[in-house]
Amino acid sequence: MNWKTMTAAMGLALLATTGLARADGELNIYNWGNYTSPDVIKKFEAKYNVKVTITDYDSNDTALAKVRQGGTGFDIAVPSQTYVPIWIKEGLVQETDPGKMENFKNVAPEWANPEFDPGRKYSVPWAWGTIGVVVNTDAYKGPADSWGIIFDTPDELKGKTNVVPEMNDVIFAAIKYVGGQQCTDDKTVLKKVRDTLVAAKPNWIAMEYNTIEKMGAGDFKATSDWNGSALRQRLANPAIHYNYPKEGYGLWSDNVVVLKEAKNVENAKLFQNFIMDPENAAGLSAFHRYANAITGSDKYMPADMKDAPEVVIPEAAKAKGEFQKMCAPETQDIYTKIWTELQK
Amino acid sequence: MATAEEVAKAAERRDVRDRWLLSAPALLVIFLAATGPLLIVLIYSFLTPGPYGDVKWQFSPDAWLSVFMERDIFDDTLSLAAAHVTIFWRSIKLAVVTTIATLALGFPTAYFMATRSEKTRDLWLFLITIPFWTNLLIRTFAVLQIIRNEGIINTILIKLGIVSAPVQILYTDTAILIGMAYVYLPLMVLPIYASMEKLDFRLVEAGYDLYATRFKVLRKIIFPLVKPGVIAGSILVFIPALGAYVTPSVLGGGKNMMLSNLIELQFGQGRNWPLGSALSITVMIIVMVALLAYVRNAGKSGVRHG
Repeated sequence: MNWKTMTAAMGLALLATTGLARADGELNIYNWGNYTSPDVIKKFEAKYNVKVTITDYDSNDTALAKVRQGGTGFDIAVPSQTYVPIWIKEGLVQETDPGKMENFKNVAPEWANPEFDPGRKYSVPWAWGTIGVVVNTDAYKGPADSWGIIFDTPDELKGKTNVVPEMNDVIFAAIKYVGGQQCTDDKTVLKKVRDTLVAAKPNWIAMEYNTIEKMGAGDFKATSDWNGSALRQRLANPAIHYNYPKEGYGLWSDNVVVLKEAKNVENAKLFQNFIMDPENAAGLSAFHRYANAITGSDKYMPADMKDAPEVVIPEAAKAKGEFQKMCAPETQDIYTKIWTELQK
Repeated sequence: MATAEEVAKAAERRDVRDRWLLSAPALLVIFLAATGPLLIVLIYSFLTPGPYGDVKWQFSPDAWLSVFMERDIFDDTLSLAAAHVTIFWRSIKLAVVTTIATLALGFPTAYFMATRSEKTRDLWLFLITIPFWTNLLIRTFAVLQIIRNEGIINTILIKLGIVSAPVQILYTDTAILIGMAYVYLPLMVLPIYASMEKLDFRLVEAGYDLYATRFKVLRKIIFPLVKPGVIAGSILVFIPALGAYVTPSVLGGGKNMMLSNLIELQFGQGRNWPLGSALSITVMIIVMVALLAYVRNAGKSGVRHG
């Protein structure tokens, strides 16, 4: 090999590592359990020739604690909107600027510039939903569009009502029920919250996450729950209805971020862009049963989700939805105390 | 010139030194692995909680204060931490009752096994160990399938016409106890069986020959001789039962916190790692005190029987 061809070859090799070949390799996703569509992942793997590995977590706090320790080997995580500012503030994620990515034009306008990540500098929407009240109408026929089902349980549902033990969600709901503002540190409101919770607890049968199976089997007749979970329950039993509490209900969203310690940054960026494509976003929704924030994904959505009352918020209820925020640490401290008192 | 004795002594010294040197890495690992994490827990319990989990490196006795005392959320008065005491008490009670229940079930089981012929004994022993092949969580969910409203027990009761509506067993204290007794039973049976197997049944016969009643034989001969097994079994059941996490929350419905849930809350949504650390150490101290009391007591009465 003469000198010229060798330089050319080396130059090409260099180009290859920075250009084409950078999509090859691996991508390690750290996401909530039972949340990532295998079909969409397969499509991504085939398209970019990348091997994807998925690891599960069960709560925002678990994910945050683990990533903060470092050395996880994960490239991508999917924290909820309440946690995204913490991830940013603690320097755990890198600025990939999804707002400038090719598929960003598909992001619905109301999701393009959220409070938790202004200008979408770090995160891409994965899914969003609501937290409301689920009732089996075979057991209770009265009006159910109120947190009263949980906090002032009607006789028919006494001893049959479950509460999903997500501390911040339950306290949020109780504050709304007594007429306060979220993240309030007003002691008179919080005292009402505490008294309401303590008085309500004897009417609950359990405080469990496993609602899809238990509502289906009839162990529970009512529960507080996420909308996608409610949808899966209704598909199993048409008598199960999801309700948007009139006192106000919580909105949440989960968002894909790229970790600062990511080794496969380019692949992670490709993935962020990939899931903003309408067809892929619909594929994700078809699996986890929550809405996505991508315009144009409707036409790829499964038929049983298109007009589902759990996914499409009715006009009348729209104004009552409120994005849940992360409360100040001192306020959070009071909530933990109320929570401990509730569960003692 | 050294005498033969000196040479032998030097060789022995060398031998001892070599042994220490060779085992030093293992000892070091054991020492670090056993005390290192505990030390971190201890240090963390004296620090200030970080705003979103983790700790700030700033000394604070608050965590330890709030293990025992609480400032009322609303009127700011300081009082005994009633919530924590209730939760501690619930866990201790559950551990004690579980120990008693497994003892009541496990003692006769071990006796039955030990009185079989040598060949069948191995089979029984094998059967007792089978549940260990399956994950604890799966065994707990199996119990749930049996006792739930549309589970095996209720279906049979309804079919037989004994009850008209399902009996609510799931999410009660009974459910927790059934699950705990089932899960921890092998831990009680195995040590008792190990003692029972060595029991000289000629002593039992001698007791009967001397006109002892069945109860007297049990109380005065069998029980004292298998006591070490009973103690070992009780310890093996009590300690994990105190920290039980999965079984109470799956079968009890998670409405009432156990110690382990309380600690988990501090590291999760509560974001108070120092308090979680202080609570963990408190549990360790309780276990240690209980163990010491138990072992000393047992040792004293054990001497009498030689």
